[in-house]
Parts: sequence; C-alpha cells; structure tokens
Amino acid sequence: MEIIYHTWSWYISGFIIGLVMLILIYFGKSFGMSSNLRTLCSMAGAGKKVSFFSFDWKSQRWNLAVVAGAMLGGFVATNYLSHPTNVAINPETIQLLQMINIEAPQGKLMPDALFSNQVFESPKAILILIIGGLLIGFGSRYAGGCTSGHAISGLSNLQLPSLKAVIGFFIGGLIMAHFILPLIV
Amino acid sequence: MKLIKFILVGFIFGIVLTKSEAVSWYRIYEMFQFESFHMYGIIMVAVLTGVIGIQIIKKYKLKDYSGTPIHIADKEPGTVRYLLGGIIFGLGWALVGSCPGPIFILIGAGFTSVILVLLGALLGTFLYGILKEKLPH
Repeated sequence: MEIIYHTWSWYISGFIIGLVMLILIYFGKSFGMSSNLRTLCSMAGAGKKVSFFSFDWKSQRWNLAVVAGAMLGGFVATNYLSHPTNVAINPETIQLLQMINIEAPQGKLMPDALFSNQVFESPKAILILIIGGLLIGFGSRYAGGCTSGHAISGLSNLQLPSLKAVIGFFIGGLIMAHFILPLIV
Repeated sequence: MKLIKFILVGFIFGIVLTKSEAVSWYRIYEMFQFESFHMYGIIMVAVLTGVIGIQIIKKYKLKDYSGTPIHIADKEPGTVRYLLGGIIFGLGWALVGSCPGPIFILIGAGFTSVILVLLGALLGTFLYGILKEKLPH
C-alpha cells in the first residue's frame, strides 16, 4: 500500500473529486467553496453594514462542516501520508522557478520562499499573501464561484457562464504566472 | 448529528486534494506553464465524472437522500462579471497558488502563513459586498 503515500494520479483524484461533488448533490447541497468566505464574513457581523452579508448564515453550516473536514483531511494527508517523492514537478519548471529565487519542492507542497514562517518578518511577503487572498476573495464573489463552483460544478452542469468564468481564471492565471510574478518575487 | 456526513465528505475532499497536490503552489505554477498534464487531467476527469453523474441524475430524475427530486440551478446569465471576476480570481490563484478550498486545507495542513491569504480573501469578499452595486454585472 506504499502507493497511497505517493502522488495520487490525476485519473483517480479527478474521479474522487467528481464524486465529492455528486455526493454533496445527493445530500441536497452543492459543491462550492468560495461561498464559505461570504458565510465567514456574515458570521463576523458584516451583515450589519453591508446587505450582501445579511442572510441566514446558519443555513450554510453544512458547508462550514465540509471546510472543517477538509482542514482535517489536509492535516492527516500532510502529516501521515506524505512521501519525499511528492510534488515531483517538471524539471523545466524547477529551473524556471530557480530564476525567480523559488527553491525546488523537495516533497513540500508550498515554497518556503513565499510560505515559510519567516514571511511574517517580511512586509513584502506578507503583502503578497494578503493581496493574493484579496484577489481570490473579490474575484470569486464577483464571478459567483471559484474552481469548485465553476470549473467543477458549473462545467459538469454544462453551464456557459461557468465556461466564461473558467476562461477568465486562466487568462488571469497566465498573466500572473508569466508576466507579473517574475517582477514581484 | 446531521453535520457528520458533511465533515466526512470534506475529509475525503481534503485528503484527495492534498494527495493529488492540487493544493500545491508548485503544481499551480507548473499548470500555468503548461509543463505537466497532471492538473488538467484532474480537472478534466472531475468534470467528466460530474457530467456523467449529472446526466444520469437528470435522465432518471433521481432524488436526493431526503427524497426530494434533485434540481441543480442554472447559473445567472451574464458575461462581464464572469470574465472580469474570473480574471481577478485567476490573478490571485496564480499568485498564491491556492483557491478557497485549498486555503482552508493548507491551514489545516499546518501552513500558518496561509492564514494571511485567508485574511486577504475575507477582506476581498467584504470589499466585493461593498462595491457590488457599482460593478458591471
């Protein structure tokens, strides 16, 4: 069963993710992670100032439960199912990253250069993370969904709006990865 | 407790996303460089699974676990909001190599710095709520 520690293949992973969406539909819900951001804002009282957040957030508790489970899953997978051969990305990518001072994965999910605890000492690193989050939060609400809501759920339901959103995701991602990131990092 | 089944589904989601490395900044960067099929494969198979599943649901008018006929709502029509919102999201996705699901999963995995991404995401969500009426949809 060694294989469970290695990187899971795309065909098995994709299938399980599709199943997750279908199971949530079977439970009478939907698969969409970004709405949790809106729920959290509501829980924090944003509804008192902004009408967008004044809704019955308790009806969204099921989705918060999914998030809690996902966090646990992340914890277990990282601490008990990791393997040094993980994150074996294309050597060409590793070379590209070296040119922008980002170290090779060596089994780690996230680069220390941007995510180690040392970033708390660097205003620039802090800004990158916060601004990245800002773009994700603002963009996903504006588009009415993120990769789970549009790329997986929306496309599975053959929704044209979701295709437009996904096209947008990729345009934005390509611009950032190819033009902006190298200038910032 | 009726929430347990959602925690369980979330747990599976967290495990598969972590083990497939879809939560990895490196994998997202690699994807946008078109230097691996891995991430595209994940998305394509997930969508294929979903399409087949939803077609079966619609064809046989399947009911959910409570006996209610399953109805999956269409997305609101539009273009500007999807493209513009999508591009903004994409910029963030490539910058920090994560999206909402992975943000939570990574925090659970122990990447404390991702809390800053979450903070930014909450701020961004709040900002949208404030500016919403002034934005083209």
